[in-house]
Amino acid sequence: MAYTLFFLLSIVCIGSIIGMIATKNQVYNAYLLVLAFASMGGLFALLQAPFIAAVQIIIYAGAILVLFIFVIMMINLRQGLPPEKKKWTYYFSGGIAAVLAGELILSLKGTFSIEPSAPMENFGSPTRIGRLLFTEYLYPFEITSVLILAAIVGAIVLVKKREKK
Amino acid sequence: MIPISYFLILSAVLFALGMVAFFVKKDLITMFMAIEIMLNAANLAFITLAKSASSLNGQVIVFFVITVAAAEASVGLAIILLIFKQKKSVKTEDISLMKG
Repeated sequence: MAYTLFFLLSIVCIGSIIGMIATKNQVYNAYLLVLAFASMGGLFALLQAPFIAAVQIIIYAGAILVLFIFVIMMINLRQGLPPEKKKWTYYFSGGIAAVLAGELILSLKGTFSIEPSAPMENFGSPTRIGRLLFTEYLYPFEITSVLILAAIVGAIVLVKKREKK
Repeated sequence: MIPISYFLILSAVLFALGMVAFFVKKDLITMFMAIEIMLNAANLAFITLAKSASSLNGQVIVFFVITVAAAEASVGLAIILLIFKQKKSVKTEDISLMKG
């Protein structure tokens, strides 16, 4: 059961990213990315991280991708993207990516023999994560709020119209 | 249970695919999406190792990564909008000021 779910989710995830590379329409790209991120949330749930899975779907597949679609909407799509002449970029980047993936997988060789740990009770539940967030990680958590405030102010200052005096 | 190496290999493959998308695509928005894919691949590795080490610290780090990604997306998209206002385009070929 778990294996079926894992392979299903990973095939959906990889397939939608490959589809994103293949299609040119930006809106379809964003939709495919929603699919990829939602299936990634399913993978997180398989790894006993239900809270992070929910956060992934709400923030990534929900908020961030909606932001992307808003920006795509504001930018005029009518002119379309130019035909991609340089075929060699495909081969070149494919080669580099194959080398990178091979290297990463080689570096993971030590983990092939690790036995999967048995599922633990309450692991990754909101209660435990919340307790960790507000005790051990209190300072990073508070600093994150300042970071978000800075991002909000920065985004508003960047896009607002300057009024002439 | 599924061996953790499966998840780690999936994360490596996703990272490589995100890199391909970053190199192949020609418009800023889709390149930005490719960066998000790579961030997610790293998140997957974090959660896998958190499970393997049976420690919750990895999951908390992923929580922070998602928050930072949200902040990054808002500022990055604001910059893309500004570029579009100035250049009337989001293609990388039209933004070649530093080419000389």
